[in-house]
Amino acid sequence: MKSMIFHQTDFPVPLIELKGVTKVYGKGQAAMNALSGIDLRIDKGEFVAVMGPSGSGKSTCMNILGCLDSPTSGTYLFEGVDIGKLSRDQRARFRRHYLGFIFQGFNLLSRTSAVENVELPMIYRGASAADRRILALRALEAVGLTGWESHTPAELSGGQQQRVAIARAIVTAPNVLLADEPTGNLDSVRSREIMEVLTTFNRERGITIVMVTHEPDMAAYAKRIIHFVDGRVDSDRPNTEVA
Amino acid sequence: MFWNVLLLALREIRRNVMRSSLTILGIVIGVSAVITMVTLGGGATEQVSAEISSLGSNLLHVRPGQRGRGPGGTRSTADMFKMGDAEAISREISGLAAVAPVASQAVQAISGNQNWSTAVIGSTNAYLQVRDWPLEDGRRFTNGELRAGKTVCIIGSTVRKELFSNRNPLGDSIRLGKLSCQVVGVLESKGQSGFGSDQDDFVLLPLRAVQRRIAGNTDIGGIYISAQDGISTEKVKKNIERLMRELRRIAPGQDDDFHVNDMQELVSAMTGTTRVLTGLLGAVAAVSLLVGGIGIMNIMLVSVTERTREIGIRLAIGALARDVLMQFLVEAVVLSSFGGVIGIILGLAAAVVGARLLSVPFVLNPGIVAVAFVFSAAVGVVFGYFPARQAARLDPIEALRHE
Repeated sequence: MKSMIFHQTDFPVPLIELKGVTKVYGKGQAAMNALSGIDLRIDKGEFVAVMGPSGSGKSTCMNILGCLDSPTSGTYLFEGVDIGKLSRDQRARFRRHYLGFIFQGFNLLSRTSAVENVELPMIYRGASAADRRILALRALEAVGLTGWESHTPAELSGGQQQRVAIARAIVTAPNVLLADEPTGNLDSVRSREIMEVLTTFNRERGITIVMVTHEPDMAAYAKRIIHFVDGRVDSDRPNTEVA
Repeated sequence: MFWNVLLLALREIRRNVMRSSLTILGIVIGVSAVITMVTLGGGATEQVSAEISSLGSNLLHVRPGQRGRGPGGTRSTADMFKMGDAEAISREISGLAAVAPVASQAVQAISGNQNWSTAVIGSTNAYLQVRDWPLEDGRRFTNGELRAGKTVCIIGSTVRKELFSNRNPLGDSIRLGKLSCQVVGVLESKGQSGFGSDQDDFVLLPLRAVQRRIAGNTDIGGIYISAQDGISTEKVKKNIERLMRELRRIAPGQDDDFHVNDMQELVSAMTGTTRVLTGLLGAVAAVSLLVGGIGIMNIMLVSVTERTREIGIRLAIGALARDVLMQFLVEAVVLSSFGGVIGIILGLAAAVVGARLLSVPFVLNPGIVAVAFVFSAAVGVVFGYFPARQAARLDPIEALRHE
């Protein structure tokens, strides 16, 4: 197992670096600072849990990290490249190639089989139908859903649905997996199963994971825990009690 | 990529079969209405022009009396023509193929115990030429018969059927009033005219025979004139009008007491009328196509709202705005083209049935089928664009939050 490395100085370019990132919603009197100056550095292979009360800016931060939103000010460097000022289409292309998303509500396409859900991101990458199918089946196998490929989300349990979502997120071999409360809708047994799956991908494939969670039990799986309060990083420490 | 988008659209449409069919109903009705109207209209136009040209090619008809008045109403004021008028026309006017003076009367024709009320037409062989009317059997009049006004006749196919049924009429005699005349020829059938009258219901005699033995005068009721091929009937008509004014001594400024009908004019007038009607009906149908397009736009907007979350997912995992736009646009176009194809099939089927009911020919117009298809697809593009743009402009964060 690799040793845990934080703020490693001899690593020339961090995977993700936020410098003085702010996000303001609204204008004038109604302006609200969702993020008021975030400095954050995440290196390749990290598993970061982001915690904080609602309204603390952690979701906004995730949206910016996920390139779904751009910062009002500050810079977002991804492997040293400033991507904070990209256009909408450029951000979409960036998401397509570097990021995988997991959501609290699973967000699978209903009435669409598991394997077709997993194939979805590869359609936008322009992969051939045969390649898509092979990779999707492999990804489903990796999350332990062999035999459930042709089931639609309605025919799967919550835990299984979230595994399909994970398969969809990792099928493109992304650099970073962004998980927004991935266990929020699951009971504790299923939650632990999902965390095991994520931990495995982090450990065995070196996929960097940034996960928002409310539950300290789940955050305990991460190697580093960041607390957000009022749009700022309140605390940022290595997790000493890795589960 | 495009293939994927197409498959996606087809699947989405199949998912909501009921809604999709109702959505395209407007297009189906619009397209089938256009196809039916234009096809039937084309058939009617074709029929009318075919019937009018069956009257004879390049045909002009000169009659005493002013245009627009019935023949009976004019007889008291306008002099009838005489043989000299017809001779003058054929002598003075160039570019004519044949001139046929005609005197006609209603008569009772009798053969054996069969009795049929018909018309007797007195003319020359030129009548058969101007009307472009071949003989089915027998012969034309000889010059001797024409000069002497012999009582021989050529009968139309209706008269033959009514008086002789299946017997061979050649050589037999029929009685026309008090006159007995020998049948020397039978005409081919021309059927109904464009105006619904039976063209085959008459007996043709030498002009002099009718004048002397039936009418008892030397009047000519009208003159049929056919122009040579390539000669403008319009110009011939003008020349005839000038000549007739001279012959009938009509002072300048005075109205004609005769008129010249140009069959070409009639053809273009009739086909023009049907074309205008077809155009109007087509316009009405196009409006229903527009309404159908609005129906598609409506459902696509609903669909975009319903599938906001799906759009959010697609955008989050790397779909470009363009991809989403394409997805919804293709869906709209596939829907409307489906409607177009179904409409074309239904429209053609309705046109076949309609053509049979109205007894007009079924004339397939591939142009209008192509136009209808392209138009229905275009309706999809035009009315699908706005909803598709709505979808493509969604903010992925908002869309993912959408319940």
